[in-house]
Amino acid sequence: MAVPKRKMSRSNTRHRRAQWKVSAVATVACPQCKSAKLPHSACTVCGTYNGRQVLEV
Amino acid sequence: MPTPTKGPRLGGSPAHEQLILANLATSLFKHGRITTTETKAKRLRPLAERLITKAKRDDLAARRDVRKTIGERDTFVALFETIAPRYANRNGGYTRIVKTGPRKGDAAPMAIIELVEELEVAAPAAPAKAAKAQAKKAAQEDKVAVLSGEAADESAADTDADK
Repeated sequence: MAVPKRKMSRSNTRHRRAQWKVSAVATVACPQCKSAKLPHSACTVCGTYNGRQVLEV
Repeated sequence: MPTPTKGPRLGGSPAHEQLILANLATSLFKHGRITTTETKAKRLRPLAERLITKAKRDDLAARRDVRKTIGERDTFVALFETIAPRYANRNGGYTRIVKTGPRKGDAAPMAIIELVEELEVAAPAAPAKAAKAQAKKAAQEDKVAVLSGEAADESAADTDADK
């Protein structure tokens, strides 16, 4: 079975992990309450979607 | 017709998926509005709408077909007696899915699927389609006219060259 010959250095590990990046979640302003919400989904603050009350707030 | 489902079944096996969807459909017709995951809602929509279409037809064959999916007697009766007549002048699109964002716990994208309201006036789907077809036909006729006109010009040019 193939196994690593050498221990991976902290430097190499950290260089590799430095490339793990998170991107910000895309949001749009709610047309009703202007708060940030996920696109194409009901607003979690005012509970409306497409001018219709969907969720209870 | 909806596109056939690709990828793994819900619940792991085709039989389990059928059971899950049948239970979801029953709950939907029972309560009118259910909260579930986005994937399940999307898979449920074609099944639920087909059941309503069958309930609108309301003959013995349709009743037996729907009975295979809707086991609960009360829900079955409600589907045929109250839900189907509501959609008499609606051609499909009986359900609405609204996404409601990730669930706490496993961050699964959730959605609400609900039966839509009664339509006051008949859906103008057929006239719109007919108008589109007519416009397309007219465009094609114009194209043909242009082509034949060009052909006439070319033939005239040929006769000129012969002289």
